[in-house]
Amino acid sequence: MTDIAWIELALTAARPQALGALLRYFRDLDTAEEAFQEACLRAIRTWPDKGPPRDPTAWLIFVGRNSGIDAVRKRSRNDPLPEEEAFSDLSDAETDIADRLDNSNYRDDILRLMFICCHPDLPATQQIALALRIVSGLSVAQIARAFLVGDSAMEQRITRAKARVAKAGVPFETPGAAERSERLGIVSAMIYLVFNEGYSAGITNPDSAAFCDEAIRLGRLLLRIFPGEPEIMGLLALMLLQHSRAGTRIDAQGQIVLLEDQDRSRWDRKLINEALALLDKAIRHRRPGPYQVQAAISALHARAATPKDTDWQEITMLYGLLEHIQPSPVVTLNKAVAVSKLEGPEAALAMIAPLAEKLDGYFYFHGVKGGLMLQAGQKSEARQAFDRAIALANSPAECAHIRMQIDKLGAVTPPAV
Amino acid sequence: MLYAILCYAHEETVFAWSKEEEDAVMAKLIEVQTPYAQAGKLGPVGRLMPTTAATTVRKGREEPLVLDGPFAETKEVLLGFYTLEAETLEEAVAFSKKLSAVNPGSSSYEIRPFYVFHPGEMKHSETKT
Repeated sequence: MTDIAWIELALTAARPQALGALLRYFRDLDTAEEAFQEACLRAIRTWPDKGPPRDPTAWLIFVGRNSGIDAVRKRSRNDPLPEEEAFSDLSDAETDIADRLDNSNYRDDILRLMFICCHPDLPATQQIALALRIVSGLSVAQIARAFLVGDSAMEQRITRAKARVAKAGVPFETPGAAERSERLGIVSAMIYLVFNEGYSAGITNPDSAAFCDEAIRLGRLLLRIFPGEPEIMGLLALMLLQHSRAGTRIDAQGQIVLLEDQDRSRWDRKLINEALALLDKAIRHRRPGPYQVQAAISALHARAATPKDTDWQEITMLYGLLEHIQPSPVVTLNKAVAVSKLEGPEAALAMIAPLAEKLDGYFYFHGVKGGLMLQAGQKSEARQAFDRAIALANSPAECAHIRMQIDKLGAVTPPAV
Repeated sequence: MLYAILCYAHEETVFAWSKEEEDAVMAKLIEVQTPYAQAGKLGPVGRLMPTTAATTVRKGREEPLVLDGPFAETKEVLLGFYTLEAETLEEAVAFSKKLSAVNPGSSSYEIRPFYVFHPGEMKHSETKT
């Protein structure tokens, strides 16, 4: 890895903490971002010669803060500019600042930076774009490509979202315990949104697939600053488990491969093992939550060497628990699939019948329903459900997958009399 | 003499590597290790999972405390290591608690899952205490 590549990685890694601290100093997102940008430019200029500082984050905060103050002064044109030499040699100051920076502020800085991206007025896609721009530091062009829009449209969208956030006012006071835990929940949901955007749009667009890695990085970051939160362990485990199948979800023709048809030897064991370790840690807390339960379900699939070995009993039980913690028709739909493996398609069809109204506009509902009817031998009803699913499909791959099911239907249907 | 060589690095940066960067670094590391492994000089090599996967058992007033996260004190230094194949985290915690109980003073045990990078086989492991 070249020096510059290493420096860029170090800058990316330091960004949430450094930018979060600068936001706390300047209480203005634009000033903080400019100050961080300036510090990065200086890092690229000086690190290759002098070698990287021992604590890159502290260095960036220190330099960023000085250049930010400088910029604010320049704007107000009051004081003369400080001499460049005053802060260009940082070797001693850096050690100093590293000791003085209050570590306990860091986690609230990072949390605040993530939290301002989750303003409730912002639609999900804008929250994702804002978080990727501000917290992760992805370029506008990168984000635009992932959302399949032009650079200027994305630039505009992000600028508007930022203005919205600024107008709402950034909460700078140190949060209380209840507030902190509420923020954690909201930020976790935002990270999962980023992951899901990558997971679903990534099928057809490699630029969005990178969001999955980014969400996992943010999840690890959040857990590092809140190490004792079982739901963050659960969230990270869930993302790792889903991501472990990334290479097997789509075949060479771009078709969806169902869980039971995936080549399990190609699942990423490294990610799976990390997820299992995290789940083990989470379970110790005996405070189950939706992410932990979903991760536990996903882990049961990861643990089954072949689809036949899947512990559907346990999965049904866990979906029951999830229904209890976070009732939703989608959870019931998933539970029905698990029940169909234990008790057959008829039992599952009876379970999903009451969901028909609520999930009428949901692609998966009609896909699952069609699949169950096909198994139960109700061919014409299955055909209707599949037709409805195709009308609701979100991507060509989803559409193609249902067509394949319909083909199966055709193959077993005797010719019409 | 047997040496433990401990790798320290900046975690945030390492886990920001792309798959390609990761693979490239690993290939180079394996290249370095191979002659030592072939000469029967290399013991088990492990790659630790991120510190977020770590649990720490620390001596408490009565019962040992089980804490989430890596060992973070600066006063103590690394004195040794165990590798244990355990079914569950509970089993690893129980083992560490037993070690802690018979180890006088303030000892802590960081339990960090790892992947076997190289199973290891040393020809002359004569250095024993």
